Amino acid sequence: MNLNKIFKNALLVALACLALSACAKKVGTGQMQGDVYTGTDTVEYLASGVPDRVFFATNESVLTTKSRETLRKQAAWLRKNSKINIVIEGHADERGTREYNLALGERRANAAKDYLMTYGISADRISVISYGKERPVDSGSNPLSWSKNRRSVTVKAN
Amino acid sequence: MFFRYLLVLIFLIPLNSHALIEVDISRGNLSPLPIAVSPLSLDKESKQSLQKILKKKDLGSEISIVVENNLKKTGLFNPLNKDSFLQKSDIAHLKPRFEDWALIKAQALITGKVTVVDEKLRVEFRLWDVLAAKEMLALAFTTVPSNWRRVGHIITDKIYERLTGEKGYFDTRIIYVAEEGPKTRRIKKLGIMDQDGFNTKYLTLGNELVLTPRFNPTNQMVTYLSYFRNLPRVYLLDIETGIQEVVGDFPGMTFAPRFSPDGKKIIMSFAKDGNSDIYTMDLENRIVERITNHPSIDTSPSYSPDGKYICFNSDRSGYQQIYIMKSDGSNVKRISFGKGLYGTPVWSPRGDLIAFTKLHKGKFYIGVMRTNGKGERLLTENFYQEAPSWSPNGRVLIFYRETKTDEKGEGFSAKLWSIDLTGYNERLVETETDASDPSWSSLLSN
Repeated sequence: MNLNKIFKNALLVALACLALSACAKKVGTGQMQGDVYTGTDTVEYLASGVPDRVFFATNESVLTTKSRETLRKQAAWLRKNSKINIVIEGHADERGTREYNLALGERRANAAKDYLMTYGISADRISVISYGKERPVDSGSNPLSWSKNRRSVTVKAN
Repeated sequence: MFFRYLLVLIFLIPLNSHALIEVDISRGNLSPLPIAVSPLSLDKESKQSLQKILKKKDLGSEISIVVENNLKKTGLFNPLNKDSFLQKSDIAHLKPRFEDWALIKAQALITGKVTVVDEKLRVEFRLWDVLAAKEMLALAFTTVPSNWRRVGHIITDKIYERLTGEKGYFDTRIIYVAEEGPKTRRIKKLGIMDQDGFNTKYLTLGNELVLTPRFNPTNQMVTYLSYFRNLPRVYLLDIETGIQEVVGDFPGMTFAPRFSPDGKKIIMSFAKDGNSDIYTMDLENRIVERITNHPSIDTSPSYSPDGKYICFNSDRSGYQQIYIMKSDGSNVKRISFGKGLYGTPVWSPRGDLIAFTKLHKGKFYIGVMRTNGKGERLLTENFYQEAPSWSPNGRVLIFYRETKTDEKGEGFSAKLWSIDLTGYNERLVETETDASDPSWSSLLSN
């Protein structure tokens, strides 16, 4: 989770190499841009064409361009289905201390919530919960697995 | 019910006040003190009644094994093989033949006697300096027979204190999170056990996720995080009655709880709208106070033993670092300035050090620094480890470590480990299941 910025740049290069070699070795279909997951391995859909999750860089809660695009699709779907309420689950990878990761998961879930709100979704329809590093989707101990676990997931609440 | 035992302690003989053998615990001990732990002697009648009450054949021997294992795990003592003992245990307890013990290179000798009087267990022991041919300590305890392991721990505490000049940490318990199941769907329960891994009990059933349990100063209450009904909140649990309650009425996640040193308050983080700050709640009048107010993440608070200061974890500089402040939240000062990220600060019971987890270049370290941030010392490096908790005498840290999984994502495990403040004597702490988030109690007796 928590990487020092100084060596993060070096890591980005390393991660890019890893992502490439991962493709070469056909280790899953996942990919990363920087250290943000861009693949579709773990993604589920709220409705056709509406992905349920967005991914984050290590130690970050900033939404990427692709994440914002996904959240706009979620907002459009929520506007069409005005009776549906949602829970946004915030998650962190295993590379951080438990308590800090709980806070970070909460920050990520709220980043997604805030974006949905700017697209007209009422705060009343959205609750957030942080699981920190407690619920990884991928049990691997490598940068690709970690990138899949740094996520916020939108789940139907009703 | 774990903590209330009838325990009577009698000094048998006035002590010789000047120190004889001394064990220096401030260094990694390269030559542990050779010590002979003679089996405690047991007369026939007592043996028979103990067999009836406890179904134990030789409790004298079993208590001596508890003592021996405790001493061995400190790394400061080298308990000698009992096969080499020349003198019978009952006679040695009356008057050791010091030449016999010196012959097998013992420098210290422990002898004792177990009797049953009116269904009560009476245990006496003596500590002898073999080379000076002198008694150093003699004590007796009376308690209920089911308490026999605790007697072994209390004896170890007394011996440790006599030989090192510092309080022991053996009559203590560990509360922790017991883990089972695959990494992506871990089942977690609160577990509690004696410091040596015996007498494990589970305090929750595993129906909801539980994390970060911590004892109150009297070891009767535990505060922890539970996801009961999918609402992550700080809870308070009375170990004896099993009664639990939510701490405070917060409209969002509360986490990272700890007690104040007087046990009257719980300090914790409250997260709302993407921001975590530190709050306290007074357990008597339920008054909630906000301690930090900053748009960054503030978490993992831990009081100094005098209650005047709080160390905590914040990313207000951009990354996780350790800060200290006065207990009212004023005078916030960053103290960690080394390379990497710092988390989980926890104040030593002696007050002079802060233990922490550090992440640097993809490795996790457990370390200590002085309260002004100077004198950083890393004790152990690993793929993943965190959450140190101090032994009550401030000499040992317990923490948890997780393994790297293989290419298939399998082979995950989480275990408790301990290490001396010196950086030596790293040991696996045995648990029935996988385990994490350990928290060490204070001494149960005295």
